[in-house]
Amino acid sequence: MDTLSDPPPVEPRALPGAPVLGTAATPMVAFRGVTKRFADRAGQGEFVALAGVDYTVPKGAITGIIGRSGAGKSTLIRLVNGLEQPTSGSVLVDGVDVGALDETNLRGLRRKVGMIFQHFNLLSSRTVYGNIALPLEIAGLSRAAIKARVAPLIDLVGLSDKAGRYPAELSGGQKQRVGIARALATEPKLLLSDEATSALDPETTQSILDLLKTINRDLGLTVLLITHEMEVVKSIASEVAVIDKGLIVESGRTFDVFTRPRHETTRALLSGLPGTKLPDAITRRLKAEGSPGDRIYTRLTFFGATAEQPLIARLMSELGAEVNIITGTIDEIAGEPYGSLVVSYSADPAVLARAEAFYAQTGLSTEVLGYGA
Amino acid sequence: MAPDMLLALLWKALVQTVHMVTVAGLIGTLIGLPIGVFLANSGKGELFAAPMVNRIVGLVVNATRSTPFIILVVAIIPFTRAIAGTSIGTSAAIVPLTLATIPFVARLIEAAIREVDRGLIEAARAMGASRWQIVTKVLIAEARPGITLALTLTLVSLIGYSAMVGAVGGGGLGDLGIRYGYQRFMPEVMAAVVVVLILLVQAVQSAGDALARRFDKRNRQS
Repeated sequence: MDTLSDPPPVEPRALPGAPVLGTAATPMVAFRGVTKRFADRAGQGEFVALAGVDYTVPKGAITGIIGRSGAGKSTLIRLVNGLEQPTSGSVLVDGVDVGALDETNLRGLRRKVGMIFQHFNLLSSRTVYGNIALPLEIAGLSRAAIKARVAPLIDLVGLSDKAGRYPAELSGGQKQRVGIARALATEPKLLLSDEATSALDPETTQSILDLLKTINRDLGLTVLLITHEMEVVKSIASEVAVIDKGLIVESGRTFDVFTRPRHETTRALLSGLPGTKLPDAITRRLKAEGSPGDRIYTRLTFFGATAEQPLIARLMSELGAEVNIITGTIDEIAGEPYGSLVVSYSADPAVLARAEAFYAQTGLSTEVLGYGA
Repeated sequence: MAPDMLLALLWKALVQTVHMVTVAGLIGTLIGLPIGVFLANSGKGELFAAPMVNRIVGLVVNATRSTPFIILVVAIIPFTRAIAGTSIGTSAAIVPLTLATIPFVARLIEAAIREVDRGLIEAARAMGASRWQIVTKVLIAEARPGITLALTLTLVSLIGYSAMVGAVGGGGLGDLGIRYGYQRFMPEVMAAVVVVLILLVQAVQSAGDALARRFDKRNRQS
């Protein structure tokens, strides 16, 4: 149990602002062939929540697990701190098998893993201070030690003037800040976030995500979050895994997965983001094969070097044909600039050849969506 | 009846009632509260999961609660004698009162604890709390307004029950009312007893309500 009670050997701390990916050899969390089945309500059949998950969460990063409701993501995150036990397979937290821990050691592990919740789960009978102090009381710290730990946390989450208030007197965003401070009180190495922003409005969501980002960067804390909101993953997670029907169907760097989604679930989840969806009127008349006189509809994706060059102007002059812009968006994914533009131009072979040459020369990433009038 | 004599009788009866209600309430709560906490948390998949024991305890609680109090008083006379050394008098009356209080408190506490958001138990488990810590720091702390109201209701009911223990010479206000007011045709004694009982119940209820309001931080306005 030494791995839990003693701090691990000093790991390279990330420089502020630099992306931190798998700095130490051991992943923070490793799911190995994890399945979870629940007896269904009638007590007869079984409900398969997880159908065999293999996934590792790197240290120091913010990793997002995204899926629709019922995909198994809540079960997955509850396995990490042993709130649920897998039916088969194992879950390792910093190399320690959660399922093999006895009651006492499991409690020790939980004190090193903070958790925040969709509905905050604050004690209504305790003040902001009292709520943040609770995990420290549970860990058996002295009154003085608790005070020394809680005060800076209240400042960190920006609630210095609210220490004596009760949860009923706070807004949703303030309650989640208390939840975050409480989760950080025992100085965990991993923070689990269970739909932490789903009950908040978009503006408050952003401020909570910014706080999580700050904590990840300044404290070097690994964050594992589950959500059904693409916006959340897009804005803070550097790694993402897409879960569907109890299986991880796609995973990798958020930027790669979001700019080149391969699985249909990922595409479906992404289609909710503005600027990525074609107008229905156009989708309806697109065909897979072109016929003479048709126009080709192409999605151009800009990132890295291509995001910062005046490529559209050059495309128009290179093609020598009229280019129609259908829809487009400029955005940031996990901190990297990203643009997507859907254009149409004549599907004449000569034009197509010039376009190909231009794409090859500039390194633009393209995807043919179809042909139409 | 001369007013000073009536006052002396009333005072003696009031002291007996308060004595019985306090002792029975205290011991009943001491035993009933843990049973209530257990009942609220021992269902399938809960904190102290023991569905069989839960069912058995529930049956015993229901059986005790469905026995009319006056029958309970008489039925357990041998038990009362074993505990209190006698089967008549105020001390003896405390035994059936306590026995009736335990299941009453247990069910009310169970209901109060069940009102606590299950998410708080999950949060406490995630913090590494032991089951004992979850009970004391989360469940009882959060249910305090409900528990206070439950105990207030218990005391009020006990005052009512205590009127019946005159049957075993328990004394108290109810006994005074029956013996003087009813059997000796002294309506002024009956009226005085009723007034004192109303005041007593009113005082207990108001104190309980005020305390519960102080504990309840759920509806504060900023």
